[in-house]
Amino acid sequence: MGSEQPDRRAFLKKGAALAGGLTLGAAEPAILKTSASGQAVEPQSQEAQSQEFHDYSDPEFVAYGQRSPYVNSVRQAVNGRPSPDEFGLVFHIGTPLQDQMGAITPSALHYFGTTRGSIVPHIDPAEHRLMIHGMVDRELIFTMDELKRFPSVTRLHFIECAGNRSSSRHRTIIESHGMTSCAEWTGVLLSTLLEEAGVQDGGDWIIAEGIEEVKGTSSLPTAKAMEDIIVAYAMNGEPLRPQQGFPLRIVVPGFEGILSVKWLRRIKVVDQFYMTYNDYGHLRQDPADAALSYRIGPKSVITSPSGGQQLPGSGFYEVRGLAWSGSGAVSRVEVSTDGGDSWFDADLRGTPQRMAHTAFSFNWTWDGSETVLLSRTIDEIGQIQPTREEVAEYWGRPGVRGQDNSIQPWRIESDGSVHNGIA
Amino acid sequence: MGSLKLLPALMLVGASSLAAQSPTFGLGRTPAAEEVLAWDISISPTGEELPEGSGTAIDGALVYRRSCARCHGGEGTDGDAPRLVKSDRGSAENPWAYGRVLPIRSPYATTVWDYINRGMPLNREGSLSPDQVYAITALLLYWNDLVEEDEVMDRESLPLVAMPNVDTWAPLPDWQPNSPRLPGYPY
Repeated sequence: MGSEQPDRRAFLKKGAALAGGLTLGAAEPAILKTSASGQAVEPQSQEAQSQEFHDYSDPEFVAYGQRSPYVNSVRQAVNGRPSPDEFGLVFHIGTPLQDQMGAITPSALHYFGTTRGSIVPHIDPAEHRLMIHGMVDRELIFTMDELKRFPSVTRLHFIECAGNRSSSRHRTIIESHGMTSCAEWTGVLLSTLLEEAGVQDGGDWIIAEGIEEVKGTSSLPTAKAMEDIIVAYAMNGEPLRPQQGFPLRIVVPGFEGILSVKWLRRIKVVDQFYMTYNDYGHLRQDPADAALSYRIGPKSVITSPSGGQQLPGSGFYEVRGLAWSGSGAVSRVEVSTDGGDSWFDADLRGTPQRMAHTAFSFNWTWDGSETVLLSRTIDEIGQIQPTREEVAEYWGRPGVRGQDNSIQPWRIESDGSVHNGIA
Repeated sequence: MGSLKLLPALMLVGASSLAAQSPTFGLGRTPAAEEVLAWDISISPTGEELPEGSGTAIDGALVYRRSCARCHGGEGTDGDAPRLVKSDRGSAENPWAYGRVLPIRSPYATTVWDYINRGMPLNREGSLSPDQVYAITALLLYWNDLVEEDEVMDRESLPLVAMPNVDTWAPLPDWQPNSPRLPGYPY
């Protein structure tokens, strides 16, 4: 009897192989086909691959899905410093935007930066607390379970590092733009918690502090806290990843990334800018420079084709990209495929959300000659993404001041190779 | 008639000010005073959170050799970790050019104390006593010609140290919803 019992896994393999074979047989007769360019091509054999099976007896297969072994898009350390450095620390890890489809960055590929290196605390959420104190009527301390009982919001927001600057040295988009990512964040509005505590007159600033080794802390205006800061415990449908602040962080929509404090343990309402170590690290001398560094400008980038990629030949391509603004929603994106001589509206995917990446696309037929692709965003308050030359002209000096939201040129050579077009 | 029209508006005002005064959800608890004190480590420029304790640069030299020199170098200039002594390129007229060196660039000496206290030494954060943090802070300020070698740093004296960049940094803009990043800037 036992020997008669068919092995369930082997049975599944055979059955699936048969089903695959039938499907293949019906749809694709096994004859040599001819491609558009007239060359004979081998019919794709899907049959062989359909017999490769995952091990269903592995509990991990059932418990938490993994991507295909053929999908190998990965993050990489960016921003020009040795990584890991002399102390074994990694500072900025960029998102592979060239592979991203749509507006949401997968949690595992979200860019990652910290105050001073890749020390990610191990936090038991059952032990974690958030304290709200300082200039409030009622000091409060919450468990994670209590925080999750508050009315919540779920919102799409990008987070971008103020150091996300493109330069002529960068070859690929992960180097030039990888320190921006977008996720769907769920949590309680900080305004809800501050109203619960009762902010006192004169409490115009808050400081937000993490519990990691350096207890990274930033000063923020209470007005922003009352507008839209989220005390987030989830991203993209599941609890925060440890690198993104598990179990609790703030998301400060549209402001430079370091202000979105991770591993959040404390909010103190205070009467002044505190000049924390993180604040000090981002100081500017010129008020205009400071204003432009504080918030992310209207920005976009073509993710495909982008630097380091190779077009197989002339013909049709869907130009794809991402657009965003720290001041609201994207209202329009324009694309140029001739180095800026002519501009056309790109198609926006879905309804643009405020302070969130918006995916765009533009249908393009490449004639095979050298050209430059560009994109620019216009946001809901009318700010326009500038060229690097326009920024330099405005300030009367070379370079991009403040946070870099300049237009990224990608140069396509006649052999189909794609290069950073910054001179 | 006019007073009747006003009534709903008055009720609204009453309701909203009431909401601002009392909690709505009743979640969480009041932290104990010791809990607040233990976590309240951010030091303001005016220094009110600074603890008791004191130290001089002379005391700091001993602590520095034991806890800091391995990464920052014996003189604060020759280690793998960030430099702690100002660059020759700076001057009283152009203190920004002293470089991104915490104990000279920071507009307030309190930031130096705060960062050493919360973040140093690497991998042994929080292991220094308040006296040791005052002493190391005094040493770094002394190396940057901001205090004398025997000058006592404590919660009274530290916030009064005259830092050269106290007026050279740009305050952050007054943030308003739906406002441009910089008025008049088209980008």
